Amino acid sequence: MQQLDAGSVQVLTSLKSSTAQTIGEPKIVARDVSVYYGEKQALFDVDVNVPRNSVMAFIGPSGCGKSTFLRCINRMNDTIPIARVEGKIAIDGQDIDDPELDVVELRARVGMVFQKPNPFPKSIYENVAYGPRIHGLARNKADLDRIVETSLQRAGLLKEVKDRLQEPGTGLSGGQQQRLCIARAIATSPDIILMDEPCSALDPIATARVEELIDELRQTLTIIIVTHSMQQAARVSQRTAFFHLGVLVEEDETSTIFTNPSDQRTQDYITGRFG
Amino acid sequence: MLSYLLLALLVLTTVAYYAGLSRARAFATASGHAAQHSLSGYHGAFVAAWASLPSFLLVILWLLFQGSVVDQLLISSLPVERIKDLDSGQLNLLVSEIKSIAKGNVFGEPDAVVLAAAERYNSWNAIASWAMLASALGLAVVALVVARSYVAPRFRARNEVERIASVLMILCSLIAILTTVGIVGSLLYETLRFFSMVSPLEFFFGLNWEPQIAMRADQVTAGGAFGAIPVYVGTLLIALIAMLVATPIGLYSAIYLTEYASEGMRAVVKPLLEILAGIPTVVYGFFAVLTVAPAMRDLGAALGFSIAPNSALAAGGVMGIMLIPFISSLSDDALNAVPQSLRDGSLGLGATKGETIRNVLLPAALPGIMGGILLAVSRAIGETMIVVMAAGIIAALTLNPFEPVTTVTVQIVTLLIGDSEFDNPKTLAAFALGLVLFLATLALNVLALSIVRRYREQYD
Repeated sequence: MQQLDAGSVQVLTSLKSSTAQTIGEPKIVARDVSVYYGEKQALFDVDVNVPRNSVMAFIGPSGCGKSTFLRCINRMNDTIPIARVEGKIAIDGQDIDDPELDVVELRARVGMVFQKPNPFPKSIYENVAYGPRIHGLARNKADLDRIVETSLQRAGLLKEVKDRLQEPGTGLSGGQQQRLCIARAIATSPDIILMDEPCSALDPIATARVEELIDELRQTLTIIIVTHSMQQAARVSQRTAFFHLGVLVEEDETSTIFTNPSDQRTQDYITGRFG
Repeated sequence: MLSYLLLALLVLTTVAYYAGLSRARAFATASGHAAQHSLSGYHGAFVAAWASLPSFLLVILWLLFQGSVVDQLLISSLPVERIKDLDSGQLNLLVSEIKSIAKGNVFGEPDAVVLAAAERYNSWNAIASWAMLASALGLAVVALVVARSYVAPRFRARNEVERIASVLMILCSLIAILTTVGIVGSLLYETLRFFSMVSPLEFFFGLNWEPQIAMRADQVTAGGAFGAIPVYVGTLLIALIAMLVATPIGLYSAIYLTEYASEGMRAVVKPLLEILAGIPTVVYGFFAVLTVAPAMRDLGAALGFSIAPNSALAAGGVMGIMLIPFISSLSDDALNAVPQSLRDGSLGLGATKGETIRNVLLPAALPGIMGGILLAVSRAIGETMIVVMAAGIIAALTLNPFEPVTTVTVQIVTLLIGDSEFDNPKTLAAFALGLVLFLATLALNVLALSIVRRYREQYD
């Protein structure tokens, strides 16, 4: 009876604190993450849990640290010589800064899609085959063909490009290029995809296609999307985090953030008073 | 005289500018700016241009033709019995003698006719100079007055000035084009003369190059053979060795500089590489002769085979060092131009730095790199000083880099120094070689451009 009580209390508190924990353990756990560019601190002690198989949106005014935090998750900040990251980030309980974990393996598991579509100057096929090739995911040509086809299929691009796989990827339209980049990221079978304003260079129709795609990918993947469009955050995400001046101000269910935020700054931002 | 004239024209131009300016200012203040088509400065420039440019043109034409006109006058003024027996060469000699006496250099004892002619020559030249001064200044003043009368509120001085400026620019580019056409034309003409003496078949396909032929009856030389194949093979061999040295070193240093070097390292290494490009080729030349070639010969001796002191390897190797900065700086530019987003994309997929460079950056930068390599090849083929100093003169048909070979540029130099007359195949062969060299370089540049263009279509 005592035990049962304690158990139900625990369940209740966890229900209150976060619905994520009812789904299971969070996919990504970040604790006290700070980033410095030289002397300047760009991100201040960010704590966040990203639940698995869901979409989390990062919103906030320009320069608030959303992209900086996103780039910590696959250690892309390593490529910037003056950047320094402090704090801990764990994926499935494994510290990403663990010397046992090669950054190359990490990035194969954590795909990234950038603001501007950046297909390589290669054929459509080679663009998608790039990741599987460097990680040796395909045993033979037929295997590679299958990976390329499934990835394009999942990115919703296969129908449009089936007959011209050998044409350059740079010849596609902007929206197709972005979906090609998503296909390229999926091809290494990651379990997390980071998207840094993936639709900011796209027209509304292409944006709708990408948003549909994000919704489908959520079945099997954990997705974090940085966006300037609050409508987009509301449409695609289950949880939303609001960043301001390098601080994670508030993180909650998307519907809560947009209807009943607890912080004044969030309230001001989503009602358009600044940013 | 000429310098005073130019000074006077300069002063007149300034006067003309202010003449136009003041007239324009007068009506500008009288009628207000709105009614005026062009700013006052344009009116001034318009008058100044008309006052100066026609006069300058006149002076240039005058200087071009004065000499030959005065010469004609001089010859026709000489007594007929004095010149009727002379051929054109002797006549030229006589005219030169008269001119040098006119300048005050008297050799021997000239006869009265020549002295009188020299006096006439001097007075005619003086008259011509004064006439030029007077007509140029007169033209400038007349043009000034006429151009100034055009200045009116609605006169489109601005458009006129721009038209004059564009005509000047066309003239400048014409000078460059005409010079090129002239060079190619003279190369072609002399080459055709060469081919009238030596069959093109022998020149292009002959395997024997011995261009030293007797120029005087008493000289003892070989018969002369003009088969250029050994010369071309030597040129290509040295260029190939140079490129084998320069391409990997240049490319790898470019990759290091753009992708691996820290800011501080880059700030030191890049200027150092550029200093390499500033070393005069003659310095590379004696470096090749005095340092590299003996070192190679000693190395060869130590390893038990003989390397000639003027081997293709020494000349080509040093030329390769010279070409490193070409390739590295053009490849560096090409790699830097690849957008950062492509690097991020590749790294974000879990590629290592090396994989990113190999699979993404190099293919994307290939047009620029190819352009740099082809530019370096045409430099290698046309490079003269290093090979004159370090390569051989005897045209041996060999692909062995340890043997001496000769190049097109070396042969041109050796053909044209010393005794030369422009009516024998030995000298004219230089023009044929030069023409082929020019065509090869041209073809390489066209190829480089077309490669760059084709890849650009594919990758942008």
